[in-house]
Amino acid sequence: MSWFKRDKPAEEKLPKLGNGERRVRTEGLWQKCGGCRQIIWKKDLESNWNVCPKCGAHSSIDALTRLKLLLDRGYRQFDTGLRSSDPLGFVDKKPYKDRLRDMEQSTGLPDAIVTAEGCIEGRTVQICSMEPKFIGGSMGCVVGEKIARAIERAIERRQPLVIVSASGGARMQEGAVSLMQMAKISAALMRLDEVRLPYISVLTDPTTGGVTASYAMLGDLNIAEPGALIGFAGPRVIEQTIRQKLPEGFQRSEFLLAHGMLDAVVPRLELKAYLARALEFLGG
Amino acid sequence: MEPEVNPDAPAEGAAAAPAPEAHPAWCRVQLARHPKRPHAVDYIQALFTDFDEIHGDRVFGDDAAIIAGMARFEGRPVMVVAEEKGRDTKQRLHRNFGMPKPEGYRKALRAMQLASKFGRPVITFLDTQGAYPGIDAEERGQGEAIARNLREMARLAVPVICVVIGEGGSGGALGVGVGNTVLMLENAIYSVISPESCSTIIYRDRAKAEQAAAALRLTAEDLLALGLIDTIVPEPPGGAQEDPAAAAENLRQHLRACLDQLSAFGPDHLVEHRYVKFRKMGNFFA
Ligand SMILES: [Zn+2]
Repeated sequence: MSWFKRDKPAEEKLPKLGNGERRVRTEGLWQKCGGCRQIIWKKDLESNWNVCPKCGAHSSIDALTRLKLLLDRGYRQFDTGLRSSDPLGFVDKKPYKDRLRDMEQSTGLPDAIVTAEGCIEGRTVQICSMEPKFIGGSMGCVVGEKIARAIERAIERRQPLVIVSASGGARMQEGAVSLMQMAKISAALMRLDEVRLPYISVLTDPTTGGVTASYAMLGDLNIAEPGALIGFAGPRVIEQTIRQKLPEGFQRSEFLLAHGMLDAVVPRLELKAYLARALEFLGG
Repeated sequence: MEPEVNPDAPAEGAAAAPAPEAHPAWCRVQLARHPKRPHAVDYIQALFTDFDEIHGDRVFGDDAAIIAGMARFEGRPVMVVAEEKGRDTKQRLHRNFGMPKPEGYRKALRAMQLASKFGRPVITFLDTQGAYPGIDAEERGQGEAIARNLREMARLAVPVICVVIGEGGSGGALGVGVGNTVLMLENAIYSVISPESCSTIIYRDRAKAEQAAAALRLTAEDLLALGLIDTIVPEPPGGAQEDPAAAAENLRQHLRACLDQLSAFGPDHLVEHRYVKFRKMGNFFA
């Protein structure tokens, strides 16, 4: 998008926040951009897929909006009925079962992911889109199972795979069951790799912990949206461990690109066209 | 640079005996971190002969938090990959308190792929509070290194046996933990997050780690009941630190049985067996 390139790069204007979060406050029809701090009419932001029209800062979009952004009209969801059976019987401030129910009410989704088959500029793909608002987009066994099934469908139907990550990592409330989803999904990706089908991993803000340490970093191409927090350990944990301030821009997309960890940083509004070109190249 | 001491680790020589009224899960956490608990180096010495360490990831460096080497187990050639915390202060610093960096995981993978290429079984020992959370580790791709290990361990065409001997600290442990058989010592723990961190998140209070330890279901019995490990290896009364030789001998019996069983499988069968084992993990309903 030309306006985006004309403007200063988004990362220069991003605030330096220790906790690595850029939040946009919701106050009726107007919203303050986390990047430039300007007040933006919410409709302008939404019609621009939550990319600030003034500075280009990317704020989160939900899992279904993401599918709308990337897929041609009409797609089919899978495994919409899968729900966690609360393997630990976990209770923190409230029982995990209640938390799941409340999250389902507030997000309209049964867990932190939507999986679907759809077309990107005419090319059929299996796509997984994470929901950052569902317990921080955390990965429990439903996320693990839905991704594993999406990979198996990709293999069966000889289609490419796209996973859009937005996740704080493995879900604490499912304990080691969550942890093992990392191995389960990575093993499924080994099978996808064996049959030479393309997998493009799209990392969005935030992608950390067990998601970074499994499928998000295993793409044939790993690409990220600008300014996304991406890392294994969270910035707060690192600061506490090393007892020093983190360098500016640490664990942002551009930092990872500079350190050789990403293939490209792609603005949201160019993402669909990029995926279409890449999938064509990879021949999926 | 100042030594990076993780507050979760008990001080050297600290009295680790939990209060008698402590929750059983918390007692296990204390035992898993007991300053005298046998480490990977102790098991390597007790269980293997002809151990020749292999160093380095061929890219950046040699991470002492992970030991890799060629060895013989009862005469059979095997590749050993082990997380090692270090015993005294000097060793602990040298081993970065057992918190591997990307080069450690990459060394581990190099050793395991070498074993796979030449048909040697792999035995790994898991014992870490977690992968190192530091600037340099992030710069060199801690997440990528662990992720690659998970995918590539799934592809190894040889028997892979993993043993949780102490602390199975989340992705840092799992990064060498994708095995055909996963054994867990009776007083070892395996968790997605440390009880201290979990307690901080839930209760905003590290001191409630005992409650968090119980909630996380991180004991060997829990992991077995959840279908996430295969077998619990019994420890001597009071824990492995009370009789390290007996603890090693118990483990020897189990390793022998696992190797006997898996050696009958062909390469494709081993890969399939490992895949199916992890593919089944999850507790959901439709
Ligand atoms: Zn802005």
